[in-house]
Amino acid sequence: MTSQGAVTAADPGAAVTRRASARRVTGRTPGGTGRPGRDRGRKRLEILFFVAPALALMAVFVVYPVFSAARMSFYRWKGFGPMVDFVGLQNYARVLADDVFTDAVVHNFVIVFASILVQLPLGLALALLLNRRIRGRGLLRTIIFVPYVLAEVIAGVVWFQLLQPRSGLLETMLTSVGVPVPEQGFLGTPDLALATVFVVLTWKYLGLAVLLFLAGLQGVPDELSEAAQLDGASWWQTQRRIAIPLLAPTIRTWVFLSMIGSLQLFDMVWILTGGGPANATTTMATYLVSQGTQRSNFGIAGAASVVLFLIGFALAVAYQFLVLRRDTKDA
Amino acid sequence: MRRSGRTALSVLCSSAVLLTATACGGGGDSASGGDDNTITWWHNSNNEPGKGYYEQVAADFEEAHPGVEVEVVAMAHEDMVDKLEAAFQSGDVPDVYMERGGGELADHVEAGMVRDLSEDAAEEIDQIGGSVAGWQVEDKTYALPFSVGVVGFWYNTELFQQAGITAPPTTMEELASTIETLKGAGITPISLGAGDKWPAAHYWYYTAVRSCSEDVLTDAVTSLDFSDPCFVQAGEELQTLIDTEPFNPGFLTTPAQEGATSASGLLATGQVAMELTGHWEPGVMQGLTEDGQGLGDKTGWFPFPAVDGGEGDPEAQLGGGDAWAVSQEAPDAAVDLVKYLLSDEVQTGFAENDMGLPTIPAAGGAVSDPALAQLLEVRDAAPYVQLYFDTAFGASVGGAMNDAIALMFAGEATPQDIVDQTQQAADQEQ
Repeated sequence: MTSQGAVTAADPGAAVTRRASARRVTGRTPGGTGRPGRDRGRKRLEILFFVAPALALMAVFVVYPVFSAARMSFYRWKGFGPMVDFVGLQNYARVLADDVFTDAVVHNFVIVFASILVQLPLGLALALLLNRRIRGRGLLRTIIFVPYVLAEVIAGVVWFQLLQPRSGLLETMLTSVGVPVPEQGFLGTPDLALATVFVVLTWKYLGLAVLLFLAGLQGVPDELSEAAQLDGASWWQTQRRIAIPLLAPTIRTWVFLSMIGSLQLFDMVWILTGGGPANATTTMATYLVSQGTQRSNFGIAGAASVVLFLIGFALAVAYQFLVLRRDTKDA
Repeated sequence: MRRSGRTALSVLCSSAVLLTATACGGGGDSASGGDDNTITWWHNSNNEPGKGYYEQVAADFEEAHPGVEVEVVAMAHEDMVDKLEAAFQSGDVPDVYMERGGGELADHVEAGMVRDLSEDAAEEIDQIGGSVAGWQVEDKTYALPFSVGVVGFWYNTELFQQAGITAPPTTMEELASTIETLKGAGITPISLGAGDKWPAAHYWYYTAVRSCSEDVLTDAVTSLDFSDPCFVQAGEELQTLIDTEPFNPGFLTTPAQEGATSASGLLATGQVAMELTGHWEPGVMQGLTEDGQGLGDKTGWFPFPAVDGGEGDPEAQLGGGDAWAVSQEAPDAAVDLVKYLLSDEVQTGFAENDMGLPTIPAAGGAVSDPALAQLLEVRDAAPYVQLYFDTAFGASVGGAMNDAIALMFAGEATPQDIVDQTQQAADQEQ
């Protein structure tokens, strides 16, 4: 049975190869007239040859896992043995009915919007400021950029210690100047935990925004600002009318990166709170890790990851067509 | 046209990364490595003296069984857990390995990956006695526990003295007044690593062991039925304890035993008076102090207090441990190795090297640490040792249970919620 199946399965493949080699042979015979076609074919082969390693890596580490996760989401599977217990859409129903997951989606979107509303103006202001000739500019740029270079886990552990209740540096400083601190600490109080995580994220990722915006500002021609200054525009007017509008494509790209990053948020939350206290900081990624690797509910984790993928994909496509399109339209 | 196609593709690629997080390999069923004369043995004693001791044990076994070769692989505990998980996914399981029992073992048994030892090791099973229950599935024994400990309160005898407490509490009321006295003396009574959830869950497990009869608990493990009112009572008992606010500030995100600011770290550095945790605590505390002594001779231990009016036996204990299992594909010599590991001789050496709490009675006397010896006494006097519920029910139900209990510590779940959420997770399993 199996060997017969293998033969029939191999057959079409063999036919294709034969047909392909026949075409190659006929392509070679007509001589000079066939040259453009032959070049094109050769070029394609070359492209294929050079791209193959990258494609193979992508197939193994991206495409295969994506499909495997999607397949997993239709089964009840504990992580070992064959996947046989097909449950249809039951895992999806469970994920979407789980308050912890829907809360996690809300937390992700809170981070998405808070990032844009807080980090964008802050990053822009810092970038405009650091674009001026001020003393210690290099040092200031470094200070703002260093957190971004720091490994996320290391930054997380450092902040975790800074935020320790009572004994941590932050609370010691606050109490010494008479500022009241929450009884259970900043990370231990459900109402404050997400905001605290967001502050740490802003500290960590502001550097990227500033760096991108500074790079974007290099592309703003000096002549424009000079001309504006000659016409009597103030520094603020030059920024508002010239620098910021010309920076718009960079800003739009940053927003895109920030959005995707916020949706995938995992490391910092995992280190600082592990999704707690009382699920106050769970994200979709921490949810799927805790369901998958911690509870061996790989089907549910698979369904959650597909939902995360669809949300990310929908957002990315919508953003491409609604916002980024004008940047790429005439490029 | 072309362009938009390409951008769409790039979006697809960038968002594809989103999905890779959980994706891992599918099931395979390749046979176990090695031939009939080679046994692979994975263990987690990767520090001296344990590592050297096990090498000696393997060499002795090889000598007694000519032609058999034992390939010993010592790993750090976390590494071993990860590798075992991968081994179960690929189907290539080592011949002799560690099982924690309960639902996880039941899953492995159901997948046909673990060998039934009931007949082959009947004598050893008999000697181990009641502790073996956690490694039985439908009355068959699939692994032999070589170290079983019980959970209890580890405390700082000096701080207790300082607060004027002469004897450790034996009932919940006494515990409450102990907490009151310690607070009055300006000492934080209890450290709790609720960030890791299981340390918080241990409290509920214990109030349940004290509130429910053994029959109800044994029944719940197999039937996954939590309708007995004693489970709600367990939550109410716990709520009373939580209301005394005995825990370290920020306990909701405190980790169990990583670093000086963890629950174990706080106890080891004398910042709190006690902590409810397992038999491994002295070793953990030693690793968390600079002088490597932990609490040293200030270390005290007392069992979880009795619950007034509870149906549970006040002598029953909550615990768990590690057992040697043999994979289905392993050669018969692997069973002999496991039997040898549970012999009086090896268990005594195991105890002498402070590697754990031996399960074979003959080896009990070899435990030298006074606090551990006391713990061993309590364990052996217990009518039964209830396996940690999260282990017993398996990761899925146990995880949901731990989540709900952690919510109660945060003031966001009632005793009924814990039962409901556990029941819901259990129903989804069936």
